[in-house]
Amino acid sequence: MKREILIDPVTRIEGHAKITIYLDDAGEVNDAHFHVTELRGFEKFCEGRTLWEMPALTARICGICPVSHILASAKTGDAILAVRIPKAAELLRRLMNTAQFVQSHALSFFYLSAPDFLLGWDSDPAQRNVIGLIGANPSLARKGIRLRSFGQQIIERLGGKKIHPAWAVPGGVNSSLSKEDVDFIKANLPEALDTIRGTLDLFKSSFADEQTRGMLSDFPSLFMGLVSPDGTWEHYEGNIRIVDSQGSIVVDQFDPAHYPEIVQEASEGWSYLKFPHYAPLGYPEGMYRVGPLGRVNVCDRFGTPLADAELEEFRAGSQERSGRVFDYHYTRLIEILASLERMERLINDERIRSPRIRAEAGINELEGVGIHEAPRGTLFHHYKVDSDGVIQWVNLIVSTGQNNLAMNRSIKEIAQQHIHGGKFDEGILNRIEGGIRAFDPCLSCSVHAVGQMPLLVELQTPDGETVGRLIRD
Amino acid sequence: MNLSVRSRSCIGMGSDDIKEGGKGLVKDITIRIDDKEISAPSGSTILEVAKANGFYIPTLCHLDGLTDIGACRMCVVSVGGKIVTSCTTKITEGMEVITNSDRLAELRRLNLELIFAERNHVCSMCVSNNHCELQDLACDLGMQHVEVPYAYPRLSIDATHPKFIVDHNRCILCGRCVRVCAEVEGAHVWGIAGRGRETLVITELGIDWGDAETCTDCGKCVEVCPTGAIVEKGKAAAEMEKHPQLVTTLKERREND
Repeated sequence: MKREILIDPVTRIEGHAKITIYLDDAGEVNDAHFHVTELRGFEKFCEGRTLWEMPALTARICGICPVSHILASAKTGDAILAVRIPKAAELLRRLMNTAQFVQSHALSFFYLSAPDFLLGWDSDPAQRNVIGLIGANPSLARKGIRLRSFGQQIIERLGGKKIHPAWAVPGGVNSSLSKEDVDFIKANLPEALDTIRGTLDLFKSSFADEQTRGMLSDFPSLFMGLVSPDGTWEHYEGNIRIVDSQGSIVVDQFDPAHYPEIVQEASEGWSYLKFPHYAPLGYPEGMYRVGPLGRVNVCDRFGTPLADAELEEFRAGSQERSGRVFDYHYTRLIEILASLERMERLINDERIRSPRIRAEAGINELEGVGIHEAPRGTLFHHYKVDSDGVIQWVNLIVSTGQNNLAMNRSIKEIAQQHIHGGKFDEGILNRIEGGIRAFDPCLSCSVHAVGQMPLLVELQTPDGETVGRLIRD
Repeated sequence: MNLSVRSRSCIGMGSDDIKEGGKGLVKDITIRIDDKEISAPSGSTILEVAKANGFYIPTLCHLDGLTDIGACRMCVVSVGGKIVTSCTTKITEGMEVITNSDRLAELRRLNLELIFAERNHVCSMCVSNNHCELQDLACDLGMQHVEVPYAYPRLSIDATHPKFIVDHNRCILCGRCVRVCAEVEGAHVWGIAGRGRETLVITELGIDWGDAETCTDCGKCVEVCPTGAIVEKGKAAAEMEKHPQLVTTLKERREND
């Protein structure tokens, strides 16, 4: 008899999702689906609004990474105004994005995923969360919380508030950086750098063995990210590079404005999340990954000394690119380090204090694309407007969508590794969730519940009869 | 005699009961507001007298310098048990006015909820966020929920004017734009068309604002609009700050010339 295992909802991710595992007659895993069960409709209801409202409007897609949508939207606005924004505005946007990387990556690692590593995959689910982490390792938890807070405070200082700061606008930004802000960042950077270096050391000494790194599945795929013209890691501008698992460059210095030539979207009836893929290889063969692992795999270097040393150690002299899903955590920590190093350079650049921060212009193009790197991966905003600046059409390709094929592949591999003869327990299901969690998916997020959402697992026959049930609450 | 009452000389009042310009004598009459006896020139509205004497009455469509029309119904008061709009009701000898009571508070809040429910007021992404008279009033009156169902009408934006935008989603039909354009600028671009829930402010006879040849691009309608309905083009969320008092000052200076 064919059976299904249902994980609903998936916890400690941002948004709502469930997992179905399809078993064959022998109780072996046949397939697995990661379903995103919420529909937001932003692309449709943005139509009819004005271009200038789009950063604030699209920021509401997410409470964790509003900065990413604000920046992508403002960049799309720059393209439609056909302006080159002032240098100070570019540096300020970069500063906010580095702060966003720090806070978002710290949230993913310390709040959502570290409980699995430090408390154990099979530990009591009631304790396996950030509260449990505070009890077990208060020093690390405190440092992680303070690191995230540092990023959030920079966002607040720049944009006026921590969440949804509609500060980047078409043409630039709407307020500058004060001397007090610079002093605050300078004063707090050493502690942040100390925290991330210590965490990287702990991570490498405890979890960098081959068995651990392979536990959340390991498979080849393409990787995508932005790089600067000389191949350096990039988070705000630059061009698209795609590499394969052998480290060969498949696409290089591709103008992001022409993304539809290389990225196409497929959809499936069982998920609201679309399936972007590398167009020349088709669907689903064109699976590619974005985010920390994608960016680290495509770049030649970080361009900052501490992060470059970590990159060298991560690659361990191999030309091949890591396909281990667990390495998302590793590369996320390296990216926090790189972001802090970049932040230090940005605030020491005199040009960032210039009062000229916004280019004013009318509607000079009727279509624009804005792309940058969100913490979770490459983010595409693409708008068409009428000659008055009223939005006619919107396409958003978010990072989590681009990892959709890989997330499905990952949970299937983990399930096949652990579930045999139809037998499973809570710890196994947590590993399967962990495969999803490593990607740090942001399901157009509305809530995340620090492990307090109930986990419902159901074994179902194809005709819907429940033959087994496991509830975690 | 309070200066703010005197400044409304358009309805004929003077400090010594003598109005310049040959309009003759204006008599002071006595009314009672919330048990306080007050003398004020006849011809004054309840709102004018109440404001001049420190009583708080919420308003939205009222703006000093423009003719009152009682459109928003926020300034309701009780006169002898009858509910009237204080901006359009003139005082009479012996009138007894109650400006605040549980019933009035309930009526005003319900009225405000209806205003919110009638259109699509989404503060978080509005250009007038944090600088909005409607939002301020909701805070002042403690409106925490809208208990009537939202209408969610499908309304358009007219962005055809090179400098300004009108977004009907955020219009509360206060008519300030219509009045300022007619009474202060003298251009008569703005009007009101339709009935009931279909009512809209229009430019000229319902043509695109960008095609309205009578518009002088002066921007007074932008400055007096209490919400994010009429705004400057190019403003992002929360960037639109308005200065309706400019129109009040302009009107006063003209009348004093």
